Amino acid sequence: MSTAGANIAMQSPQASSARQPLLSVRGVKTYYGNIIALKGVDMDVNEGEIVTLIGANGAGKSTLMMTIFGNPRCREGTITYAGKDITKMPTHEIARLSIAQSPEGRRIFPRMTVYENLQMGASMNGLAHFDQDLERVCTLFPRLKERLQQRGGTLSGGEQQMLAIARALMSRPKLLLLDEPSLGLAPLIVKQIFQIIKELNEKDGMTVFLVEQNAYHALKLAHRGYVMVTGNITMSGTGRELLEDPQVKAAYLEGGHH
Amino acid sequence: MNAPSITSTAQTQAVTRSFDLGAAFKDAFKTALIMLGLSIPILAYKTDQSGADLFLTPRWGLVAIVCAIVFGLRLVLHAFTASRAYTKATPSAHQATEPVGATPSAFQHVSRFAIPFFLGVALAFPVLIYLIQGGLNESRYWVDLGILILTYVMLGWGLNIVVGLAGLLDLGYVAFYAVGAYSYALLSTTFGLSFWICLPLAGILAAFWGMILGFPVLRLRGDYLAIVTLAFGEIVRLVLINWVDLTNGGAGISSIPRATFFGLPFTAGEGGFAATFGLEFNGMHRMIFLYYLILFLALLTNFVTMRLRKLPVGRAWEALREDEIACRSLGINTTNTKLTAFAIGAMFGGFAGSFFAVRQGFVSPESFNFLESAIILAIVVLGGMGSQIGVAIAAIVLVGGPEVLRNLTFLQSIFGAGFDPNEYRLLLFGVGMVSMMVWRPRGLISEREPSVILKERKAISGSLVKEGHG
Repeated sequence: MSTAGANIAMQSPQASSARQPLLSVRGVKTYYGNIIALKGVDMDVNEGEIVTLIGANGAGKSTLMMTIFGNPRCREGTITYAGKDITKMPTHEIARLSIAQSPEGRRIFPRMTVYENLQMGASMNGLAHFDQDLERVCTLFPRLKERLQQRGGTLSGGEQQMLAIARALMSRPKLLLLDEPSLGLAPLIVKQIFQIIKELNEKDGMTVFLVEQNAYHALKLAHRGYVMVTGNITMSGTGRELLEDPQVKAAYLEGGHH
Repeated sequence: MNAPSITSTAQTQAVTRSFDLGAAFKDAFKTALIMLGLSIPILAYKTDQSGADLFLTPRWGLVAIVCAIVFGLRLVLHAFTASRAYTKATPSAHQATEPVGATPSAFQHVSRFAIPFFLGVALAFPVLIYLIQGGLNESRYWVDLGILILTYVMLGWGLNIVVGLAGLLDLGYVAFYAVGAYSYALLSTTFGLSFWICLPLAGILAAFWGMILGFPVLRLRGDYLAIVTLAFGEIVRLVLINWVDLTNGGAGISSIPRATFFGLPFTAGEGGFAATFGLEFNGMHRMIFLYYLILFLALLTNFVTMRLRKLPVGRAWEALREDEIACRSLGINTTNTKLTAFAIGAMFGGFAGSFFAVRQGFVSPESFNFLESAIILAIVVLGGMGSQIGVAIAAIVLVGGPEVLRNLTFLQSIFGAGFDPNEYRLLLFGVGMVSMMVWRPRGLISEREPSVILKERKAISGSLVKEGHG
């Protein structure tokens, strides 16, 4: 499995490098008050890729993800999506450009039912093809199908993560941003979720930007990866390259998730 | 799961599933019969002494009332135990271990006949009071109380949109009530507009003020929002006091025209309501009309809220209450969502306000102090934020309760003649609040009813899609 994944990883960036990247981040600096969180980040996500961003706690991974969505807003730099400058666009308008996000900490609506949560995910396109999309996410996550009438807050952690991803998928996004989908989940469920991400990418051609601490799984899955250290991108390369890089190995793969 | 637990669950389920209204009614009827039997020797006759003679005064009316109360209580008990057993027997929505299907929750089960019951009582209230009190003039007090309670039910439902659904804590709701009341008072006294024209205008004006409040507080939540809304309520009241040219200051506006029955005034003379319908003139006609007017307005508030909850905007309100950041990243314009919540909530406050003005015929800033806001908020919080029926019950308890207290004159025989139960109103109010927070910290009805109820759990794959739900 790992070699197959690596093969795709080698081809894909070359195939799409001629075109403009779907999402490009240039020189982005983000502050929390006076504290600088992102110190000028450059990053590209090409169409049809899985790109992962790994790094330690507090490196600024989630900040970058949220900055793409305009919350918090970057003070310097530009963010372009599909050729459009989205740097100063309000968050909800960014979301309407077929970018979906499964934010850190899942952020599902706990008192609303799973069904209602999914409705919220589809609300930006007016529930136009809600039934089809519901059917689709229910096939992806059979667990959710059983629990449609249950309150979101009563789901287990893994199910909540599935719901957060499913909710993001309801808007039929071209680009899916996932923030630590493996956080706090059992290894088996992590595997399931990563398998689903892979399927989404391979079958539906969905572009995925994945922020992860679980570096081994993330790099194995991704076509390309970036490593972030205290607000800077320090390394980038294909998933395979990064997996085999001694520095990455030492910093993020020690103790191994093998 | 071991065997005994399965059988016991199955048994309870068999019992509760077969809970039918017929059996409950039968049992309640039996209990009432027993009560009747008991009351014949105890209650039915009273001995009255007049000089040296003893008279037996029959009190069948009292017996009937007592039997009716027992009947009602027995029914309530049945509903209560059934719903309780039901909650225990069915996998509750709070349990993650069992998939929960389309089986209605205990709340839905109770509300199925509690709501028609409440609605029936509300609709028949003036008639019931007329029959019990035996005359139009005697029932004035009760109809008046009914109007007061319904006004608060309506205000509670209006505020419920802002606080219960959208989760925006608003301590200045009375400002919109005041805007509505003064809009009617000023428009009718200055331009001579009729109530039916002023009612929508008052709603629109209040909604407009709701938006004005909404803009500065868009970025605030929780405590900070509460403080700003509190200040807003006070500002509106102070403006009403100090802008003497327009509002006549603290003296208020009096002789506000009264509502007409679609153009027919409630007057004794020719062309009045009574004369047109060939009735004997009675001031109570107007009161009963006002009662049905506020009932209609309150039900309208409820209806609109229930419909909105099923629409994207209502869902967005609830999602906003749950998680604002998630809302935004799902493409929801939180600015518009908040403003619509403020505006629509305020609009109903405005309707209620203009009703208040037309009922009283007099408005002054006195009526719109912070205590009013606090009571309305207490109604929403005690009722269970977001629950319509809970808010109605809380309004009845909080507004009707003190009135009942006023009538507990028998307590004077215990505590002495100087005892005025009304003075202990706030004390009891406080005790009630504290005990509520101890036993039901999330309000009377804390269960949130899903806006969509799937008919059948398994139907989701095929048949649901065909039916086109959602």
